[in-house]
Amino acid sequence: MPVDGFMYPNEVELQWGVLIVLYPFLTGLVAGAFILASLERVFRVDAVKPTYRLALLTALAFLLVAPLPLQLHLGHPERSLEMYLTPHRTSAMAMFGFVYLWYLMAVLVVEIWLDYRKDIVLMMRSSKGLKKNLYRVMALGSDNISERALGIDNRVGWIVTVIGIPSAFLLHGYVGFIFGSVKANPWWSTPLMPVVFIFSAMVSGIATVMLLYMFTTKYRGREIDMRCVDTIARYLFYTFLIDFSLEMLDLIHRIYEADESFRSLDFMVHTKLWLSQVVIQIGVGTTIPLILLFMVQVFPMNAIVRKRIYALTGSLTIIGIFAMRWNVVIGGQLFSKSFLGYTIYKMGYVTREGLFAAIFLTLLPLAILWVLVKVLPPWPDSGSPLTSGISPAVGDDK
Amino acid sequence: MKITRRQLLILLPAAAVAWKYVRAGTPQESPNYNTSEHWWGMLLDITKCIGCGSCVHACQLENHVPDGYFRTWVERYVVRDWGFEHVSVDSPDGGKNGYPPLPWDQGKSFFVPKMCNQCADSPCTQVCPVGATFVSPDGVVLVDPKYCLGCRYCVQACPYGCRFINPETRTAEKCTLCYHRITKGLTTACCEACPTGARQLADLKDPNDPVHEFLKTHSVQVLKPHLATGSKAFYNGLDGSVR
Repeated sequence: MPVDGFMYPNEVELQWGVLIVLYPFLTGLVAGAFILASLERVFRVDAVKPTYRLALLTALAFLLVAPLPLQLHLGHPERSLEMYLTPHRTSAMAMFGFVYLWYLMAVLVVEIWLDYRKDIVLMMRSSKGLKKNLYRVMALGSDNISERALGIDNRVGWIVTVIGIPSAFLLHGYVGFIFGSVKANPWWSTPLMPVVFIFSAMVSGIATVMLLYMFTTKYRGREIDMRCVDTIARYLFYTFLIDFSLEMLDLIHRIYEADESFRSLDFMVHTKLWLSQVVIQIGVGTTIPLILLFMVQVFPMNAIVRKRIYALTGSLTIIGIFAMRWNVVIGGQLFSKSFLGYTIYKMGYVTREGLFAAIFLTLLPLAILWVLVKVLPPWPDSGSPLTSGISPAVGDDK
Repeated sequence: MKITRRQLLILLPAAAVAWKYVRAGTPQESPNYNTSEHWWGMLLDITKCIGCGSCVHACQLENHVPDGYFRTWVERYVVRDWGFEHVSVDSPDGGKNGYPPLPWDQGKSFFVPKMCNQCADSPCTQVCPVGATFVSPDGVVLVDPKYCLGCRYCVQACPYGCRFINPETRTAEKCTLCYHRITKGLTTACCEACPTGARQLADLKDPNDPVHEFLKTHSVQVLKPHLATGSKAFYNGLDGSVR
């Protein structure tokens, strides 16, 4: 038996595995990527413009996959629609379904469509066959790309983004609330949980888009816009500082208050979670990236060094945030609610909730993003009809 | 009768909702039982429990509880002194087969029968995303296995570790207070099997139930009172070390 000490007999089996770790991780990337996109749109941070569309498409790709880990984990996935048809209003999980739908349908898809509408219409006009039909469907019958129509798109898009910012906060804050509101579990139960989740989401989303931008630009043989990545790295640094401060506040609060659960949780951190929390999350995934980002802000460095630091920082940050989700979800189940014992998590490999399913679901958003990028090129320099000088057809200005 | 397209569009969702109710079926009837006249709980007397495990056996037989899972179980506490480090607890196989004797110099020891606390403000029903688990009008926390998604949120939310996922049905399961028995005027399987009367079914709405006299004359406590779950599992002789 993997039990150390005493656990209530039904506690020995862990309820939520690696797929539930993946769920807040993927949702966090969505919220973070969207907030990065809103920097350009709402807060007029022009330097990050090259990543604007890529960030939106990244958010969409990850958002489409985010509910799949939950779906795979359910005992009865065929009943999952009941959450929408007969939701239980006091359940955080049930209400999350609506927050998710709102964010997907009312914010993200609308914003992407408005932003790409002109491109879609132009690509519809310039392509043939199946491709033409695809863009025709995507245009939703709206092929007016006159200055006036595009002006309206722009204004409405701005409003949607403004609504989108609190929605993105809501989306991931709510994921935090799902854990933070479980009063039975002292590892989860803290009002700081939604706030920590929001800031860690921003950190992971910004880091992911930064890495994706650098990788895709390199892959396409273009020059990385250093002003852009420098700005993103600066925002990453600030957000990371807030996130780290909040997590430390939570930690100090727990240590100082030292309630009845403290001895048990403290023992867990020093043993079962030592590697994933202290070494990977706090050491490798937080302290090192923060030091590196700080050094870039303070010391003058040439572009090549900065690029390498950003690539390293971005990767470590994502590992650190994944470790944070792991420590929240898995860590919260390793100790008994009697505070008298501990269990272990044994991850399956080729099982419905195993490692391979988790790897597949982590890679799936990247595959979706690849398709999205093919259909809706996000590059400002891609030579798409939008940027290659094709003017709107005569008579569009109705 | 001629139905227009508009009428059909209105009728179809209504028919779908009606069909859902038909498929759900009707609850099992118990003709002489009125839910509004009862408010069920349980009295567990630690001073009487001998740790024989009969209750666990009876529950597993009555409710077909799968091996390795427990709707009720018995814990043995051994307290040598104050503080966490002086408390040891065990519950081999849920205490189903009793306990081997302890050496005399181990300190005080006692048995604690555990089960769903039938909380009036139950955290498990609060979190269920579809309302598959609910508090019945007579105060019993129940699960509808035909409706449960198996999301396990309720298992996480229960502070007492009373819920599990049945590996066969893949839905949440827990003590129902033998609802199929108590609505027919019987007591629960565990109460019936207990040789010392350490467990007593209590109807808190029945003024003639001896539980009222007991609560008035004994020092009774619930588990984890700081969580304010409205627990209706009342323990007599509960030591402060019990979690």
